Amino acid sequence: MGIRGVVLDRTLTLSLTEICQLCSVSPDEISEMVDEGILEPKGTSADNWQFHGYELKKLQITLRLRRDLQVNLPGVAVIVNLLEEIDHLKRPAQMR
Amino acid sequence: MEFKDYYKSLEVERNATPEEIKRSYRKLARKYHPDVNKDPAAEKRFKEIGEAHGVLKDPKKRAAYDKLGSGWKEGQDFRPPPNWKESSGFASETPFTDGQSDFSNFFDLFGGIGRRPDSGSYHSNFFVRGEDQHAKIGIDLEDSFYGNIKTISMKTTELDGKTGHLVTRAHTLNVTIPKGVHEGQRIRLPGKGGVGMGEGSRGDLYIEIVFNKHPLFLVDKRDILLNLPVTPWEAALGLTISVPVLSGTVDLKIPANSQAGKKMRLKGKGLPGSPSGDQYVILKIVTPKADTGKAKEFYKRMAKELPMNPRVSFGKK
Repeated sequence: MGIRGVVLDRTLTLSLTEICQLCSVSPDEISEMVDEGILEPKGTSADNWQFHGYELKKLQITLRLRRDLQVNLPGVAVIVNLLEEIDHLKRPAQMR
Repeated sequence: MEFKDYYKSLEVERNATPEEIKRSYRKLARKYHPDVNKDPAAEKRFKEIGEAHGVLKDPKKRAAYDKLGSGWKEGQDFRPPPNWKESSGFASETPFTDGQSDFSNFFDLFGGIGRRPDSGSYHSNFFVRGEDQHAKIGIDLEDSFYGNIKTISMKTTELDGKTGHLVTRAHTLNVTIPKGVHEGQRIRLPGKGGVGMGEGSRGDLYIEIVFNKHPLFLVDKRDILLNLPVTPWEAALGLTISVPVLSGTVDLKIPANSQAGKKMRLKGKGLPGSPSGDQYVILKIVTPKADTGKAKEFYKRMAKELPMNPRVSFGKK
């Protein structure tokens, strides 16, 4: 029998409280990242923000870059954009 | 425990100044950080760099390390003193600590043991949540198409409850790969991450999906692509041909007068999901070799009877 984990895809959504708990961050820090454009949750305000799997990934990247390389939030925003572009470029050429 | 050459890890000379050590550390940290460097060896290198910097940046620790290090060649076994324990005061002969044990640096040295900044005081209620761990798993397209169970092995560094020594343990986990996962997606396994300390809970394990190279198909999210070699007469005259798909084969009608590079779509034949991905088929025309007299004659006749200029758009020079 295999362990069934939670697939972090676009159908899974986490609330602000849940994402804060998972990553040990405060709601204020999350707000800052949303303001900076790094995180793009669905929903109109902090009470009904929904974060899906990819937002969680970006959050964890942000926390690690900040902790390990002392990158500030505007810097992280640029890095995340570049990482997305690299992923896009890595797609097989015939499929782009 | 193998002796580690921290100067080599940080690519500095043994007489490097603190400034040189800091600069080299920053440069290497940015280069090998696993979020920025996708090489599988980068993470290990990044940890080594961090460990080396943790010791060499502190003059006291550096001096102690230098003292221990001189006369030792890399690869020689290093036996820690017998009372190398995690109690609040380390035995005075251990070289990496002084009287007031710097608890966090001890764990920096060995990695894999997390401590969150807001965790409880470690002297009275001992509570440190384990670190989240991240791993990548290589799976085949078929694993995602049908779903499967894969075994992964992880190494964690833990504090042995009985002996009080740090031990590296290998764990194996059987993980369910759900149908339809695609590259880059992650599976979160709560409580399967780094071991906590004291009353602390275990961290989580995140497994990222990476596809192994497939002999036939290229993949992009849930879509797959097949390069299909055909003969010139098959492309020109058209035919129905059996092509491989993930679940077996299907018949594909190639229309007459198809050209090289023609892209056809088999809807829903990619990886399952909502929506399922598609399979694309790209025609690749392969011409017979002109290595016999007969073949050469045939081609020359073809040139005469089917004249055409594919470079008409280039214009005359």
